[in-house]
Amino acid sequence: MSDFALIGPILAAMFAAATPLLFAALGELVVEKSGVLNLGVEGMMLVGAVCGFAVTIQTGSAVTGFLVAALAGAATASLFAVLTLFLLANQVATGLALTLFGVGLSALIGQGFVGIPLEGLPKLYIPGLTDLPVVGQALFGQDMMVYLAVAAVPLVHLFLYRTRAGLVLRAVGENHTAAHALGYKVLRIRFLAVLFGGAMAGLGGAFLSMDYTPMWAENMTSGRGWIALALVVFATWKPVRAMLGAWLFGGVTILQLHVQGLGIDVPSQLLSMLPYLATVLVLVLISRDVARIRLNAPACLGKLFHPDA
Amino acid sequence: MNRRTMGKAVLGLAGAAIALSVGMGSALAQDKLKVGFVYVGPVSDHGYSYQHDQGRLAVEKALGDKVTTTFVENVPEGADAERVVEQLAASGHKLIFTTSFGFMNPTLKVAKRYPDVKFEHATGYKRAENVATYSGRFYEGRTVVGAIAGKMTKSNIIGYIGSYPIPEVVGGINAFTIALREQNPKAEVRVVWVNSWYDPGKEAEAAKALIDQGADVIVQHTDSPAPIQTAQERGLWSVGQSSDMTRFGPKSHLTAIVEDWNGYYVQRVKAVLDGSWKPIDTWGGINTGMVELAPYNPAIPADVVKMADQLKADIVSGKRHSFQGPVKDQAGKVVIPEGKTATDEQILKMDWYVEGVQGKVPK
Repeated sequence: MSDFALIGPILAAMFAAATPLLFAALGELVVEKSGVLNLGVEGMMLVGAVCGFAVTIQTGSAVTGFLVAALAGAATASLFAVLTLFLLANQVATGLALTLFGVGLSALIGQGFVGIPLEGLPKLYIPGLTDLPVVGQALFGQDMMVYLAVAAVPLVHLFLYRTRAGLVLRAVGENHTAAHALGYKVLRIRFLAVLFGGAMAGLGGAFLSMDYTPMWAENMTSGRGWIALALVVFATWKPVRAMLGAWLFGGVTILQLHVQGLGIDVPSQLLSMLPYLATVLVLVLISRDVARIRLNAPACLGKLFHPDA
Repeated sequence: MNRRTMGKAVLGLAGAAIALSVGMGSALAQDKLKVGFVYVGPVSDHGYSYQHDQGRLAVEKALGDKVTTTFVENVPEGADAERVVEQLAASGHKLIFTTSFGFMNPTLKVAKRYPDVKFEHATGYKRAENVATYSGRFYEGRTVVGAIAGKMTKSNIIGYIGSYPIPEVVGGINAFTIALREQNPKAEVRVVWVNSWYDPGKEAEAAKALIDQGADVIVQHTDSPAPIQTAQERGLWSVGQSSDMTRFGPKSHLTAIVEDWNGYYVQRVKAVLDGSWKPIDTWGGINTGMVELAPYNPAIPADVVKMADQLKADIVSGKRHSFQGPVKDQAGKVVIPEGKTATDEQILKMDWYVEGVQGKVPK
């Protein structure tokens, strides 16, 4: 098979690999825009993954599975919200605790579901379009969740930058004291944002367990939650850039596997590092311009809000 | 006697009573041998660690009245492993099975500090006064699987998903490829390393990449069934790892190399119980029952099944060795001359590919 013929499959695999990252990153982006730093993405993804898988096995319906996964992610996130928004716990520590909790809880729930295979989601097929060379499979041969993730990007962008609610959310993230003084319910807005972030992370995790590798295995996200967190910064909190970042990471991951398969003489350990290296490299390049980070980061990110202060 | 002295006396008596009863308690508990098992992955991997746990269950079944077992799963190789092994040794376990290659150094370190505890390290090569090693000659299974793959492939490209480039894995690739090319001289093997024993996501991605490159048989030396599922989805062949993975790919699963530790584990626990335990090295092949092949896929033609069974019988009888000459490396140099077979030493140190494998062994 000629090397150029691989571009099509690589592109198709890239979009699929980027999907869980994109869901989680978009969710976390909204959360951070509202001023909350939720490091528990990995935990929420895993809980969503196991719940979605379990429900799909029991009911046979993937749609129900994804809905429950989103709800489960949101429920996990609500624990974080209560602790940090109402009990004023430190956001960083609570987020980390949430990750550990999510890993353990998902393993517990998933015990009865290991070793049960599931059929993946059906892929789109449009005669003519899907058969196009190179781009056919990548653009027109994916399953629903891949398209949903991409559709979410302009939706999140529109919400944040073209709706009043989005404006208020951003205001809360930039200056929660002023927003509070203007009468906006800072805590309620942040709570809803955190729930949204949890739901999206849950969907990202469920995509992994219900379609990408249709099975449940402990800790199956393998650090994707952390990558999603990095992608939010990588994207300077802009939805479209988050999508590009997810594609970059997913693309490099798939590419390095193909490079190995082709027998090109680069040590496999180095190739395995490449996606992470690429992400860190871009993060470093972006962070060089401290002014840009400060400009784009929500000013109240991670700061505790106390109404009476 | 004043109150304070009385109080001290009562405390002293109470302490003595407790110490006595604990002492008696542990003396009674000492009747049962405590055996510990350390797994690198989850028992639920339904593969490598699952098979080790089956061995543990066999020990309980056979010797449950004399033995209690404990297991710790998901132990990462490295510093964490040392902590876990130490904990087992310190809590009264007299025989500990550490079931992954990467537990080698942690096991030896703890073994030095606990000379009265016996250790069994799987798939390693360093022994000590109280450390024995054991492994299966899984490469024998690879030979049979390679021959079957040679007959079943149509694209002549085999996708091989490797975990870490250690001699055990490289040897497996070589044994597979030698048998593959015997049946099908045009076939080639492409290897992708995922640098993990168990990572379903990466394994599935690796399988997809290899399939996209034209592979129509997926073989793995990683522990999750994700590659089987991927192959099943695309309507291609696959081979299971460590245990029968048919239910993950009923049409795709040709067979699997099954590791059966039951007999060995019961044997070693008995040796500790009757005092005959020695720090030996055991490397059992198909002939000892440690290595088996899962039931063949009904879609495999009868003549291929016959060939595979004959090959298995020849390996057991010694007529056929997985690494019998002439074996050439990728450069075409004859590494194992005609009429000779690779020594155990050569197999344990294998860090080169035979002809027919794409790419280089990562260092």
